[in-house]
Amino acid sequence: MKKLAIAAAAFAAAALVAGPALAGKDLDNIRKRGSLVCGVNTGLAGFSIADTQGRWTGIDVDVCRAIAAAIFGDANKVQFKPTSAQQRFQALQSGEVDVLSRNTTWTLTRDASLGMIFTGVTFYDGQGFMVAKKLGVKSARELDGAEICVQSGTTTELNLTDFLKANNMGKAKAIVFEKIEEATAAFFSGRCQAYTTDASGLASTRSKDAKNPDDFVILPELISKEPLGPAVRRGDEEFFAIVKWVLYAMVEAEEYGVDRANVDQMKGSPNPAVKRLLGVDAKNDMGKLLGLKADWAYQVIKQVGNYGDIYDRNVGPKTPLKLERGLNALWSKGGLQYAPPIR
Amino acid sequence: MANPNPTPVRAPATGAWWNDRRVRAVFYQIVFVLAVAAGIWVLVDNTIENLRARGLRTGFDFLGARSGIPISDSIIPWDPDDTFGRAYLVGILNTLRVGIVGIILATILGTIVGIARLSQNWLVSKLASIYVETIRNIPLLLQLIFIYALFGFALPEQLDPLVIGGGFFLSKGGLMFPLLKLEAAHYAAGSVFLVSFAAMIVYNVWAKRRQNATGVAPPRLLPSLAMLLLPTIIVFLAMGAPAEFDVAAKTRFRFIGGGAIGPEFLTVLLGLVIYTAAFIAEIVRSGILAVSYGQTEAAGALGLTRGQTLRLVLLPQALRVIIPPMTSQYLNLVKNSSLALIAGYQDVVAIENMTMNQTGRALEAIMLIMAVYLTISLSISLAMNTYNKRIALKER
Ligand SMILES: N[C@@H](CCC(=O)N[C@@H](CS)C(=O)NCC(=O)O)C(=O)O
Repeated sequence: MKKLAIAAAAFAAAALVAGPALAGKDLDNIRKRGSLVCGVNTGLAGFSIADTQGRWTGIDVDVCRAIAAAIFGDANKVQFKPTSAQQRFQALQSGEVDVLSRNTTWTLTRDASLGMIFTGVTFYDGQGFMVAKKLGVKSARELDGAEICVQSGTTTELNLTDFLKANNMGKAKAIVFEKIEEATAAFFSGRCQAYTTDASGLASTRSKDAKNPDDFVILPELISKEPLGPAVRRGDEEFFAIVKWVLYAMVEAEEYGVDRANVDQMKGSPNPAVKRLLGVDAKNDMGKLLGLKADWAYQVIKQVGNYGDIYDRNVGPKTPLKLERGLNALWSKGGLQYAPPIR
Repeated sequence: MANPNPTPVRAPATGAWWNDRRVRAVFYQIVFVLAVAAGIWVLVDNTIENLRARGLRTGFDFLGARSGIPISDSIIPWDPDDTFGRAYLVGILNTLRVGIVGIILATILGTIVGIARLSQNWLVSKLASIYVETIRNIPLLLQLIFIYALFGFALPEQLDPLVIGGGFFLSKGGLMFPLLKLEAAHYAAGSVFLVSFAAMIVYNVWAKRRQNATGVAPPRLLPSLAMLLLPTIIVFLAMGAPAEFDVAAKTRFRFIGGGAIGPEFLTVLLGLVIYTAAFIAEIVRSGILAVSYGQTEAAGALGLTRGQTLRLVLLPQALRVIIPPMTSQYLNLVKNSSLALIAGYQDVVAIENMTMNQTGRALEAIMLIMAVYLTISLSISLAMNTYNKRIALKER
């Protein structure tokens, strides 16, 4: 019913506020409020999860902090709002959150018809399957006849039906749950023989929810493209540009070897690109063009880190998720992470 | 000067027609309706305009679009290539299925418990009270979560199910049962059975009339049974009496084949029945208590047994008190079935949520779901009110 309430509120708002949204309105609100409201996951280790003290960690969470650092010069000026797969779009549409940074796949339908617009890709992912090791399954194509737990309101459920159709796996059956906890609980209790979601989500669930993570295997096939990234409401190009360039700044920082540890030293770098990035040269102020302070990117890197920093700290090989950089390596290292020049 | 013999005048002429009270009342009502309609129109129009401005698509055209969503439990065939419109239909049927079966079972269980609470047997009445007081005071949502989790823990693994026998298996995958493989003989026997059933009713009406007319009651039970069963059996046997069953068999992951009732449906059904029955029990109990004790004494004086008293004297009178509150319990049961989605049962609300999320048409989806529940609820009310009128005390 909460969803209904949110939706009702969204439409009440839509019904009362007349006329098209003014450009810059969202940014004005954020500035006035003094903090960014960020829609994150209810609990997905490595992406966004709160510990017992209510302290949030994860890639998606760090992206929110980076945006706050760019706007306010303070990465802590963020309020996190947990949203489930089902609630997330309404939370953004209704204005309950300013930005949705929550392992959300960029698709045409979402970009073009839900009143939102994606700002970039923070994690290139693909959908995978997890099964109990004892079943001896080696490939997702063997899953005909299996019951597969899946969460509704996701691209996951759509990819699953596509995959089963394309591979003539008519005897496989999806068991659909609305909440992730229900879906994973059903999988671990033996209701389903397989669980499917983004591969990163599988790694996260396995590391956090499995009694013994080694009892479960993630099958090799990735059956879809899941570019995950933050999205904002349509209608405020200024805010959209800020979020987009914060992401690029983190990638560009990694390209130039500017990271959280060395950013102060790097301020003295003779490289003009680094100078531009860190806003050292007042005559070459990139921040101003975005309506931000000159040191916007410096604050992002200093307080949150470059892309590699947040990747390694949250989901990298040294974390319980143990995800290699793979597609998320820099373009110069064989991956897909690429930033247009900051100039 | 007063006329001592005034000619009777027509209704006192109070002026022009627009001063007529009745005309004015109608006029104001029309104005009111128009104002409300205009208000709604402005609101809807403005909303759509604003949604468009925010880049949200509007309209019901999504109902005809390919859905691509998985639905695990459906009475009618479902394929992800089907449209969102059909998905809604599947959801509505799932809601009706759990609602109708739930109402029937809850009524039976509730009546039994309600009567048990009045039992003179201390243990029976105590157990019934404990049931009612416990169940009524735990939120249904928790009960559903509990039942589903219990199934997850307690039931045997899918590859190693509890073999009940006769092709029945119970496991985390639910209850599996044998399905008759339908052949021509079954359709023929079924058709004959329907005709026999009609014939039996005609015979009974005739028998009753005859009894009223002549005072002699023709035998009813035996001829009825014979009429009902013999032709069917003869046709079935004549056609070779095929009885092949489709039984679930072990495959790599689970038992497949035959019929199956998933733990999702079972959870929701059980939860709704157990919960609603507790309220129905109280309604039945208070209904019976509402019949004055004199009736029981009178029945006793006539030599009726306790069972007969209950069946012939108390329950028929109690029904009149019971029906109205019962209606609202039935409505509750159907509305509560919207909690089904926490156990992975795809009722109409679960489908609506999916649709809303995949298409972004929240406003339309909510309007649809309201229309669905309104229709179901009004139908239940209508049926119960009709029944209520039929059993109401007729003043003679
Ligand atoms: N990337 C997919 C799936 C995203 C998604 O919601 N995944 C699930 C499973 S990993 C999740 O995060 N659920 C958490 C929740 O709903 O609270 C999408 O955007 O639709």
